[in-house]
Amino acid sequence: MTSHTLSVRMENKPGALARVSQLFSRRGYNIQSLAVGPTERPDISRLTLRVDCSEHSLEQIEKQIHKLVNVLRVTELVPEEAVERELALITVAVAPDKRAEVVSLAQAAGAAVADIGRDAITFELVGRPEEVEAFEELVRPFGVRELARTGRIGLRRPSSQPRGSNGRDRHLR
Amino acid sequence: MTQMLGSDAILRSLEAEGVDVVFGIPGGAILPTYDAFARGTTVRHVLARHEQGAGHMAEGYARASGKVGVAIATSGPGATNLVTAIADAWMDSTPLVCITGQVRSNLIGTDAFQEIDITGISMPIVKHSWLVQDVEELPGVLKAAFHVARTGRQGPVLVDVAKDVQEAAIDFRYPDEVDLPGWKPPTRVHHRQVAEAARAIAAAERPIIYAGGGVLNGDACAELRALVEAADLPAVVTLMGKGCLPDSHPLNYGHPGMHGSKYANWALNKSDLVIAVGTRFDDRVTGKLSAFAPAARVIHFDIDAAEVGKIRHAEIPVVGPLKLALAELTTALRAEGRPQHDEWLKQVEEWRQLYPYRYSRAGSMVKPQFAIESVRDLAASREEPTVWTTGVGQHQMWAMQYLQCDEPRSFVTSGGLGTMGYGIPAAIGAKAARPDARVVCIDGDGCFQMTSQELATAALERLPIVVVLVNNGWLGMVRQWQELFYAERFSETHLTHQVPDYAQLAEAYGCAGFTARDESELESALEAAFDCGRTAVVDVHCDPEEKCFPMVPAGAASVDVIEAPEEAVA
Repeated sequence: MTSHTLSVRMENKPGALARVSQLFSRRGYNIQSLAVGPTERPDISRLTLRVDCSEHSLEQIEKQIHKLVNVLRVTELVPEEAVERELALITVAVAPDKRAEVVSLAQAAGAAVADIGRDAITFELVGRPEEVEAFEELVRPFGVRELARTGRIGLRRPSSQPRGSNGRDRHLR
Repeated sequence: MTQMLGSDAILRSLEAEGVDVVFGIPGGAILPTYDAFARGTTVRHVLARHEQGAGHMAEGYARASGKVGVAIATSGPGATNLVTAIADAWMDSTPLVCITGQVRSNLIGTDAFQEIDITGISMPIVKHSWLVQDVEELPGVLKAAFHVARTGRQGPVLVDVAKDVQEAAIDFRYPDEVDLPGWKPPTRVHHRQVAEAARAIAAAERPIIYAGGGVLNGDACAELRALVEAADLPAVVTLMGKGCLPDSHPLNYGHPGMHGSKYANWALNKSDLVIAVGTRFDDRVTGKLSAFAPAARVIHFDIDAAEVGKIRHAEIPVVGPLKLALAELTTALRAEGRPQHDEWLKQVEEWRQLYPYRYSRAGSMVKPQFAIESVRDLAASREEPTVWTTGVGQHQMWAMQYLQCDEPRSFVTSGGLGTMGYGIPAAIGAKAARPDARVVCIDGDGCFQMTSQELATAALERLPIVVVLVNNGWLGMVRQWQELFYAERFSETHLTHQVPDYAQLAEAYGCAGFTARDESELESALEAAFDCGRTAVVDVHCDPEEKCFPMVPAGAASVDVIEAPEEAVA
């Protein structure tokens, strides 16, 4: 079992997401993260999905996703060939006298302040998933009250090899 | 453009698709569409007695004709009753369009009376489904539904139509084209892959064709036969493929699998090149996977890329329409020259001679195999072609073993889902598709009682079928497993030969009923049933002790076939 990221271009229609996710749940695989949103075309959505599963199962699931009527394309995003980003919002407990210390630490890590309360600050951070995890670890000692992550989204790097040249492209249609 | 109601648009769409018969039951949320039936249509409606029956009828129609079957039901329980048939069609790749009524749009999501989320419930067992809440979408959705059901790997789709959509006015025009940017099933084959397959076959010492239901669905029976004959390839045929190559063809080595012949299992397992055609390495065929055809390379032809490599790695995958692929392969093989594998052909023929199906007629009760052989021989003596259907269980396996099907689409059964109760409604659907044929359902007593209410449909719709009931008084296959694997603890499997009295039940439904308690009564009962001109049930009281052999126990290697014990066949 290894983690894989799938990128699915699909029609923006009711049920499309359920049809994709059901292919994982029927096998007992838990989806670690899933992000869906619009693309350059309003009638098309992109779904980025992170899941732990065996290579063989993944290949099978990819082929079955391909067959879904609403799905236009599915590709596995290989880390070195993809740009992957995630947004996290983290509310950290901060006593007023510690504000300056925490804010400067967070800013050094690339996070921005989204909101400040009497005894807590909400930071926002956009970064690679590892950066988000590192930031979470960084502020954990102060006390993380709430945390929300979008799950990663990704696109293939225009600078990487063209499709089909690396044996990773599994378009069997 | 013609102004009409959504309900009329549904019927005009069915007419435009060339649908001649549909199977269904009305109810609240589909009432407007039934009102459209009353206004007139060229589509014949067959009124089932249970929606599951309607679904299986549509399946039987589809499998016997090659056309898309259509089932109609109301919302809620009507729709849920269709689920088993949809699942069955999903597992066996049977093209089906199911149209269900849904509660009014403004009530959807409120747990309204007879509201159920049928698109949600059916999601894992349909190729696609649509919930129609806008009448303008209706013609396009129906066009797409038929297209998706019949193209690529065939299968069921569902169209759920809100009641107010059926009542809404529309300027109807049936579209010429489908608008499905994501639906692109393969229409061509990869020439290089076919060429590689041809070279592999030419070089193989022990090649074998392993053909399945995809050959029938892909309308590739003639191409398969040409291939078999061009290269002298022995073939085994799965349960779902029965009839795709004539059972009487000398190169047809019958059925592999759990209750297939020892010779078919051996031929498949001892081969060095398995040429899988429209088949999916089902566990009931392979047995223990690691021991399945261990020395063989695999060529896998399939319309569905997701089947290739799913269970068994294919050294040479060929994805695309089988009709094209097999024709191209045959041409390529002819260019390679006739392959030489005479030793292998001699070997498989020797196995066929050594290990035939066998049973003993000893004892006072009718043996199920004898009942099936008797009806087979009677059918063969008549002029009309025969289409066979079955339920699921021992009788189904004996039907597979002993019936001879030389024509495509002459054997209709529930393979993947193993749906008890499939036989009678499937026979009614098959009769609607093939009025020229005699349709005979080989059924078991357990199966019969799951859908016997459809005898009323057969009688009143004048779709006469013959049901030959292999009545052993038990849930026979379960009993067999209990005997062999559960130390003869026959838990909850005894049904009795007598209750119900099947002949009387048949009469009560307006059909003819016959009972054969021993061999002496069998022939005359079958003949009377064949000649009575209406739906007939022949209740054949069979020996409950008889077990279905050969048998590959679940999880065992499929070369390790248990044959009928000597004393049982002496």
